[in-house]
Amino acid sequence: MGFKQLINSKKTLSLFAAFVLFGTNQLMAQATAAADTATVDKSAMWTGVGYYVLLFFVASLCVAILGKILRVYDLTQKMQGKKGLNWNGIMGVCCALFLITGMYGAFWSLDVQGSMKLPESASAHGVAIDSMFTTTTILTLIVFVITQICLFGFAFVYRGSDKRKAYFLPHNNLIEKIWTIIPAAVLTILVVFGFFTWQKVEDSSQQKGDLNIDVTGHQFAWELRYPGADGKLGSLNFRLYTALNKLGVDFKDRNSLDDISADTLVLPVHQSIRLNIHAQDVIHSVYMPHFRLQQNAVPGLPTFFKFVPTITTAEMRRKTDNPNFEYLLYCNKICGGAHYNMQKVVRVVTQAEYQDWIAKQKPYLSDPLKKELHFADATPAVQVKAASNRLALNN
Amino acid sequence: MSTLAVHDHGVVHHEEGHEHHHKATFLNTYVFSQDHKYIAKQFLVTGIIMAFIAMTLSILFRIQLAYPDKSFPILETLLGRFAPNGRISPDFYMSLVTIHGTIMVFFVLTAGLSGTFANLLIPLQVGARDMASPFVNMLSYWFFFIASLIMLSSFLVQKGPASGGWTIYPPLSALPKSMPGSDMGMTLWLISMVLFIASQLMGGINYISTVLNMRTKGMDLWKMPLTVWALFLTAVLGVLSFPVLVAGVVLLIFDRSFGTSFYLSDIVLNGKVMPYEGGSPILFQHLFWFLGHPEVYIVIMPAMGLSSEVLAVNSRKPIFGYHAMVYSLIGIAVLSFIVWGHHMFVTGMNPFLGGVFMITTLIIAVPSAVKTFNWLATLWRGNIRFTPAMLFAIGMVSFFISGGLTGIFLGNAALDINLHDTYFVIAHFHLVMGSAAIFGMLAGVYHWFPKMYRRMMDERLGYLHFWLTFIGAYLVFFPMHFMGLDGVPRRYYAFTEFESMKRWLTVNVFITWAAIMAGIAQLAFAYNFVHSIFWGKKTVQNPWNANTLEWTAPIEHHHGNWIGEIPTVYRWPYDYSKPGHDEDFIPQNVPFSQTMSSNLPHDFEDNPGGLEEHTKWTNAQKANEAVK
Repeated sequence: MGFKQLINSKKTLSLFAAFVLFGTNQLMAQATAAADTATVDKSAMWTGVGYYVLLFFVASLCVAILGKILRVYDLTQKMQGKKGLNWNGIMGVCCALFLITGMYGAFWSLDVQGSMKLPESASAHGVAIDSMFTTTTILTLIVFVITQICLFGFAFVYRGSDKRKAYFLPHNNLIEKIWTIIPAAVLTILVVFGFFTWQKVEDSSQQKGDLNIDVTGHQFAWELRYPGADGKLGSLNFRLYTALNKLGVDFKDRNSLDDISADTLVLPVHQSIRLNIHAQDVIHSVYMPHFRLQQNAVPGLPTFFKFVPTITTAEMRRKTDNPNFEYLLYCNKICGGAHYNMQKVVRVVTQAEYQDWIAKQKPYLSDPLKKELHFADATPAVQVKAASNRLALNN
Repeated sequence: MSTLAVHDHGVVHHEEGHEHHHKATFLNTYVFSQDHKYIAKQFLVTGIIMAFIAMTLSILFRIQLAYPDKSFPILETLLGRFAPNGRISPDFYMSLVTIHGTIMVFFVLTAGLSGTFANLLIPLQVGARDMASPFVNMLSYWFFFIASLIMLSSFLVQKGPASGGWTIYPPLSALPKSMPGSDMGMTLWLISMVLFIASQLMGGINYISTVLNMRTKGMDLWKMPLTVWALFLTAVLGVLSFPVLVAGVVLLIFDRSFGTSFYLSDIVLNGKVMPYEGGSPILFQHLFWFLGHPEVYIVIMPAMGLSSEVLAVNSRKPIFGYHAMVYSLIGIAVLSFIVWGHHMFVTGMNPFLGGVFMITTLIIAVPSAVKTFNWLATLWRGNIRFTPAMLFAIGMVSFFISGGLTGIFLGNAALDINLHDTYFVIAHFHLVMGSAAIFGMLAGVYHWFPKMYRRMMDERLGYLHFWLTFIGAYLVFFPMHFMGLDGVPRRYYAFTEFESMKRWLTVNVFITWAAIMAGIAQLAFAYNFVHSIFWGKKTVQNPWNANTLEWTAPIEHHHGNWIGEIPTVYRWPYDYSKPGHDEDFIPQNVPFSQTMSSNLPHDFEDNPGGLEEHTKWTNAQKANEAVK
């Protein structure tokens, strides 16, 4: 077995290890040496790494020594004619210990970390989602506790011995029927409630009195557009994009002339809001966890989410006891390197504050843009087809 | 002994007569082997190496999450331009999570798990000399190997590996300029995946045809061990769903390289209006998840099968409700094709469709619940032997419960609105398919190690490995649920950018150290594995006193598995602790005529002749007793 000898040879092995280590070191160092002229104290770094490697070896050594001690103890016991260590029993007890500490740990985690979850829902539909969540949590926690207790409890209680024989029980149709039907019934209830909640939440049909707001995602920011006095947003066409007309608003549509652009998503409380969600480059996702709201922004497929905010930012600050509290809009679909930093502040205010605020916002059709468009209008090159707010085939 | 030697000799002659053109060379024994047992070992070792690589990647990004503002000069030394100034760059962070996910899901838990155990166990447990087509089987491994190399080689390209997430949603993955990883790295990802899928199809067709056509005498479908059932149904899922991903990937390649617009429309990238029109990014998601969802069952079903077998053998009890276990596997397999939309509740898919997918998704919880309860009933009143394999199987059930229950939240479309793409999802699938599947796989490795390497693994190191990994995995993933409930999105590079997320930083540090501990525990496994291959205790033929056929094969490996005739099967594989029998196991190849004292009327349900004999025998016994 030449193959085995090759593996056995410690010299070859250590030579190989040294070669690999040296090789990677050299290879990586070349790239960095060229790029990084700043002198990093490499020796300090390696002592740090060496410390941890040493720590690991010490730990491994301890484990090995412990193992040897146990084996020696085991063998002496056996030599004296006594039984050695009963590993089966030890593992059974470990299962019981794990059950107890695990249950305590789960309870602690639920208690301490569970209380760090989102504050109460700041939207009307969110309340229904939260109650659905509570019901599901209670049901699943009951199942979780019972099944884990059974699993590790049985493992402990029925840990093997030579004296016993297991109970031959291949099947029991009655009990199998019971534990098929009960989960089926419970899940049916959850499905029915979930289905109706979902239908209600997702109803984003346009109604009179809805405040339409355009949210457009691109790498890596959100753009907002509010309707002007007419309450209507003008249509969009991505081909009209210019540095000034970032959303590609079509100004042939009269509704767009008074549209307003804004920096902060300010929402009047208790007003039905319909977010029209667009993306320009890749998929983004409008995620406003405090409102239990999420909808992907898909290029070429406008999506919507309709909701009613119920708690103003000021109220929420009082409730959470945090004077700096802000609602946020995150991007929640991987969209590139700065995906993690695509936030927008959302502020829920009273109706009066909202009117004040919106009056101060600048029109989307800024003066430079007007100039650009006048110039553009004169050239016949920009002939644009009607904007198409298509939906996907399955819609 | 001498008779055995003579026997051996005869077989060698026999084999030479048939396959004299096959000379055993180094190349066809150790590299391009067509022996299913050797291919299984190749899959296993490659899978383990890939698992260690993917685990290292995860520890790298865990370090970033725990210490987002700290500089580690060693990272720069090791990773060069990917970690300028000792901090992992945001783009490379995305690459890390993407490649970690891809390797773990496809290369470890699909190829490493199914590839190893379907290759090893299907022929040995159904009683076949090899796979239906050994040559295609060998190709399957080598395609997988090349796919692995290409996937890893993407770390060597200038702009780094693919970084659009393992789900590679276009347009991010379709537009090479949208992020560095979408350039050459994504091309390599796609090539690697196409080769990988080819490998899976070759493997899958082999597994299916072997199970359907090459079972030994007496091995009808209802006498197959649950491992074979699970691996068979997994192969069926793979063969039906993987081609759909190829379709999706090919269209993506067209969009990337040939200017088509299958997935692209209305795009303005970096201030440039792109000419794409008429495509739909949602189409890709449908195609991806039409594979992607069956894929998670491709991952978990073999783990279920392996755990069922290990639990029964080590509880010394028949698996409870064998038929229910098979039917629930079939139910899961069928339902897994009609639930893919639950990954897309908030993507812009029609909300009505979302409602329908929610119903099918929650239905799949019923067969899963049945399986769980049946495992618990298998443990009940058993005579449990805690081998490391058994512990891992118990751990698998525990993870499957913990992770499965949170699936009820995520399958509910209304709740998914706020949980989608948060850490809650991370916690859910790492428990239910990540940890559970890897534990099933480790259970399999510990249990069938003697069959593969003819030696035993060290039990006590196995115990250490189990407890550190088990506790570590819970410490890592349990707190993540609550981060998700606080609305913390996944795939975020640094939490420090957000006032509201800063309070989770301490939890992140905790999780990272738990992950490092669990990672170090894997070194105990690696040491145990390698050491036991060469220096482990030699095994006996049937070390676990198990019933299935593989333990009737000789310890020494033969290309052909059994010397002489393949054993005939007379009974199901779960006759453990049968009352009336002196031992607590009766292998499948023991005929009922040799176990008269333990036979039950139930054993002869479809065998009237046998039942008659059985009644005659019991009557005779009764008469004897009366005489006494």
